[in-house]
Amino acid sequence: MSERHPLFKPLVLVGGIVFGFGLGFSQMARPEVVLNFLQFEDFGLLFVMFGAAVVSGVAFAVMPRLRDGAPLTGNRYERRLKPFDRNVLVGGAVFGVGWGLSGICPGAAYASLGTGNVTILWALAGMFVGAYLQGYWRSKRADAGTAATRAD
Amino acid sequence: MLADPVPLQLVAELFPNGISRYAVGGLLVGLGTVLIYVGTGIPAGASTFLESTLSYVSGQSRFQQYVGSRDWRVVFTAGIILGGLLFAATVQSGVVSSALYQSGSTGQLYEVGGVTLWSTDVQPWRLLVGGIFVGIGTRIGKGCTSGHGVCGVGSASKTSIAGVVTFLTVAILTAQAVAAMGVSP
Repeated sequence: MSERHPLFKPLVLVGGIVFGFGLGFSQMARPEVVLNFLQFEDFGLLFVMFGAAVVSGVAFAVMPRLRDGAPLTGNRYERRLKPFDRNVLVGGAVFGVGWGLSGICPGAAYASLGTGNVTILWALAGMFVGAYLQGYWRSKRADAGTAATRAD
Repeated sequence: MLADPVPLQLVAELFPNGISRYAVGGLLVGLGTVLIYVGTGIPAGASTFLESTLSYVSGQSRFQQYVGSRDWRVVFTAGIILGGLLFAATVQSGVVSSALYQSGSTGQLYEVGGVTLWSTDVQPWRLLVGGIFVGIGTRIGKGCTSGHGVCGVGSASKTSIAGVVTFLTVAILTAQAVAAMGVSP
């Protein structure tokens, strides 16, 4: 792995702080507020998700035209495009069940911990357990797949 | 000219806590994403941290693929936690007050060393079981509310839009079903 620019991690830290402060200020870091949104009692959360998407969308559209690569990594500026397959829908539905039951998603859970919500450690523990279960299962399946044939 | 009271009433019903705290918070979430993207070219999502951090303790190939990014992902998550704490120490504690912030009445506030902290009333079993589904679903589905919702939708990615529509729809159905069964909070 190549050497990273000394400002790489400080910038990621500052970006994370602004991101987390925003989740606190919007109260998306509070599961109750997310559940109120999902139960159609307060639609304000739409402004968090789409507001953030619009702001980042401007950068995704503009940066590739301004510069060839990012100053701290040399990475090319690209949009976040992932291939579509059935997993996007299956995983999305499973995530939806979890988000609707708990009112918390990963980024908001980290920020929630920062605002003093020690109880959210239950959700964070669950997320690690869930990520481990799917990773364990998919790693095993991938290993079995390469050992046999290239099915699927 | 006087504003028509009917639309105003509708707005108050749809947005009982106003929109300013949501809009300002959303702008900041977007700004944090942009800072990282402009400096590094990385559209950062929050849920990959779960798998990349597991690579420190598990040799499974699914986790080991993230070894190259696991260190900065820890830094990103630490930043998000610190950002939440900074919010608690300033706005939530009333040290910094803003007309744009609507405090609401959810959960419990408590004080530690002069800082006003907050804790949820949502029951632990909901957080734990829901968290397990979130951990499985975000990783199989290639992203969460930040990866798909902010970066993916911001990129006009059809995959991400399909992901967001799916998890939002299922989350609404789930939350309404749970509420209808009388579970609260």
